[in-house]
Amino acid sequence: METLLLSRIQFAANISFHILFPAITIALGWVLLYFKVRYNRSGEERWMEAYRFWVKIFALSFAMGVVSGITMSFQFGTNWPGFMEKVGNVAGPLLAYEVMTAFFLEAVFLGIMLFGFSRVPNWLHTLATFLVAFGTMMSAFWIIVLNSWMHTPQGFEMIDGVAHATDWSAIIFNPSMPYRFAHMVLASFLTVSFLIAGVSAFRWLIGGRTEGVRVALRTAVFAAALLIPVQILVGDMHGLNTKEYQPAKVAAMEGNWETGTGVPLILFAIPDEEARENRFEIGIPKLASFILTHDWNGEVKGLNEFVTDDGEVLHPRVSPVFWSFRVMVGTGMLMLLVSWAASFMILRKKRGIEGLPKPMLYALVGMSFSGWLATLAGWYTTEIGRQPWLVQGVMTTKEAVADVPAPMVLSTLIAYLAIYAILLGAYIYVIFYLARKASRGEDIGSRIPPSPKAAPKAVAAE
Amino acid sequence: MNTFGDPTIWLPFVFAALMGVSILIYVVLDGFDLGVGVLFPFADEAEKDKMIASIGPFWDANETWLVLAVGLLLVAFPSAHGAILTALYLPVAIMLIGLILRGVAFEFRAKAPAPHKQLWNNLFFTGSLMTSLSQGFMLGMYVMGLTWTWSHVGFALLTAVFLTVGYSFIGATWVIHKTAGVLQTKAVDWAKGGIWGLVLGIGAISMATPFVSSRIFDKWFNWPEALYLAPLPIASALLIVWLWSMLRKMPFAEDRYSWLPFFAATLLWVMAFGGMAYSFYPYVVPEQITIYEAASAPESLFIILIGTCIVLPTILGYTILAYTIFRGKATELRYD
Ligand code: HDD
Ligand code: HEM
Ligand code: HEM
Repeated sequence: METLLLSRIQFAANISFHILFPAITIALGWVLLYFKVRYNRSGEERWMEAYRFWVKIFALSFAMGVVSGITMSFQFGTNWPGFMEKVGNVAGPLLAYEVMTAFFLEAVFLGIMLFGFSRVPNWLHTLATFLVAFGTMMSAFWIIVLNSWMHTPQGFEMIDGVAHATDWSAIIFNPSMPYRFAHMVLASFLTVSFLIAGVSAFRWLIGGRTEGVRVALRTAVFAAALLIPVQILVGDMHGLNTKEYQPAKVAAMEGNWETGTGVPLILFAIPDEEARENRFEIGIPKLASFILTHDWNGEVKGLNEFVTDDGEVLHPRVSPVFWSFRVMVGTGMLMLLVSWAASFMILRKKRGIEGLPKPMLYALVGMSFSGWLATLAGWYTTEIGRQPWLVQGVMTTKEAVADVPAPMVLSTLIAYLAIYAILLGAYIYVIFYLARKASRGEDIGSRIPPSPKAAPKAVAAE
Repeated sequence: MNTFGDPTIWLPFVFAALMGVSILIYVVLDGFDLGVGVLFPFADEAEKDKMIASIGPFWDANETWLVLAVGLLLVAFPSAHGAILTALYLPVAIMLIGLILRGVAFEFRAKAPAPHKQLWNNLFFTGSLMTSLSQGFMLGMYVMGLTWTWSHVGFALLTAVFLTVGYSFIGATWVIHKTAGVLQTKAVDWAKGGIWGLVLGIGAISMATPFVSSRIFDKWFNWPEALYLAPLPIASALLIVWLWSMLRKMPFAEDRYSWLPFFAATLLWVMAFGGMAYSFYPYVVPEQITIYEAASAPESLFIILIGTCIVLPTILGYTILAYTIFRGKATELRYD
């Protein structure tokens, strides 16, 4: 295999591994803050119990996020030097702001949040929790700005083949940024909601029926039920935005070859790149036109628009985009079903967690990592859908690649893949190991003492 | 022409200085926690927990200085960034894998089932070792001008070992400061062993650098510059002798001056680093690309600089806050 393909696979592997952990830390920080504030206000031990368990998972996820993120920041130089040489004047400041406003904030206050509970006043500990949550959100903001700019670039001019920034607010608030940022933050909250719900349901099933588990499960199920409709709405708006700026991507997502009116929404098909048509197509008449144009007979551009007269293909490969989009939307629909059903059962006759039958609990356990699936599928849709461009209309992926010998890239790729596979296994294993340990009522090695002296209200409530 | 009136002159210089400072802070701060990892096999179970406790609240922020340094290289000198990192492709990959292993082992060793703890301890050590060795190797290759010949690789292998031993030295001085009792006494011994790595490393690089390039040779050995520069090597030598004699008497009664070795080690790093910076200036890729040739567009550098002036003092402020909160001996608190 040649260097370009190997470098792409390596980048995809690294970023896919990396995003798994931000997807958890971005929202889990806020959830921890919520637990902490509820505890500060009520002095109820159950909130602190939930905090103590989930702060462990947070610490672990954070470490995984940091080390894989450091790998990401070196990738630009080792594998994609062309990227920085051409668009560095735009990308550079955005990355610099991410490091300065987010990474240091997270990293320093994480130390205080994890190790400082008995050393600092309670308010400072709560503040540290807030700053960590805020920091992860900031870093997501800056990197999404950069990524969105790569999809919908503006605010720059090309001088001698190098991009020069002309308007920073146009760069930061580029057309796809608000949608992508909202969609990603919601994705993170959904990932965390289903993780907490799944692990709590698991603890409940194996007999760890404490108040902390109860409150975590309730909170998570309700959060998921509230957020998933918002996510679907934002996703729809995101798609409309993409149709305007990257029509080829939308055509690939829809699996629509010919431009036409009253285009059907395809539920299933096997896109055939050679014949340039779909096989085994099952669709709902006119629905795609309606979703994309809000008119049953609206005109939708097809993939054939993006082939030049001399046969050069300017749209992405169809199958991966088509399928990953369906995986994301399908997972989203499943999330809607499960979270609403579970909320309904909890609320019905005020039965609480006892209202959840066993199959429902198993379903929640099964959905523990559904957020990861949808998030990865979403990123694959977005990123593969941009190919052959690296920065839409400005530079192709091929232009950016380093001419490192292919065997060298292959060897590092194999090393990364092996390590990622092992670490992912260890990560999931440890989460459920901690869950089992906590359910047996054993100490999970918390630094935070059970009845903290730093929280006077807790003492007062006893 | 007025130097300070022309942003294409002073901006690259300011950014080179900022990058230098980040690298320096990085090698001191992550140097000590990498060193603690390298020293792991010499400690017993309980001591390992103590050593981990002494770096627990800091390692993540320490590592962030590396991200800042490489980020500044990337944003301020994009073409140099590409040239350096593609030339060092393999050692960079080894370093990254090392960083991954040690970073996660840190968390896993405290959370995984007891029988697995040994495995994660080993990985913490291995990761720290891989990181230190590859950084030393990169340093050597950089000094040699980033060309892969047998003799350059040989030299880089030497600096790899020296830097690793040097890190273990600064790690040991950190342990002296953060612990008491048997472990502290042990750490004094480690420091006595480790200081040789530092001496040999600084020596090797100081000897080699001038002979790689006649430009650097002239900078150090021409009159009258040689005279102005003489205090640097002399002060370093005196500092080393003084450190050595102090380590022989440590620990002092009532734990007095336990911070001194770490402080002295930091000073040594600063001087060694200052010497190197002097040698290589104005090149960012040795003898090939100067900082002025590699710099990004001034308008982009300017926008970063504005942010830096506000944010960097803040970062330093809360970094100091964290070190103040966790001052004193590492406690018995369980770390996970
Ligand atoms: C939408 C979110 C998101 C995305 C798309 C990315 N990251 Fe990330 N990154 C985070 C969200 C995040 C985070 C939530 O802020 C992390 C995860 C855990 C953490 O410590 O911070 C993080 C950590 C993190 C770190 C370690 C920071 C530290 O030392 O504390 C680095 C160097 C990067 N990232 C770099 C990158 C690069 C170069 C990316 C793309 C090419 C990238 N990240 C994509
Ligand atoms: C975290 C979310 C992200 C995921 C899961 C992701 C995933 C991917 C995938 C799968 C590809 C490969 C496409 C292909 O080659 O067919 C890709 C390409 C690329 N993406 Fe992203 N990406 C993410 C965010 C980003 C961000 C934030 C940046 C920039 C700062 C970025 C920069 C790139 C670059 C440089 C490429 C080209 C290299 C390549 O084609 O593999 N990505 N990404
Ligand atoms: C069910 C309805 C959903 C719709 C209609 C939808 C729509 C979209 C669209 C159109 C894109 C591509 C944006 C582009 O063109 O660049 C996208 C990307 C993405 N989706 Fe979804 N989505 C849905 C559900 C979800 C869910 C449930 C998650 C995760 C929990 C998720 C996570 C993502 C992520 C992480 C991306 C990539 C980042 C981005 O471009 O925003 N989506 N989504």
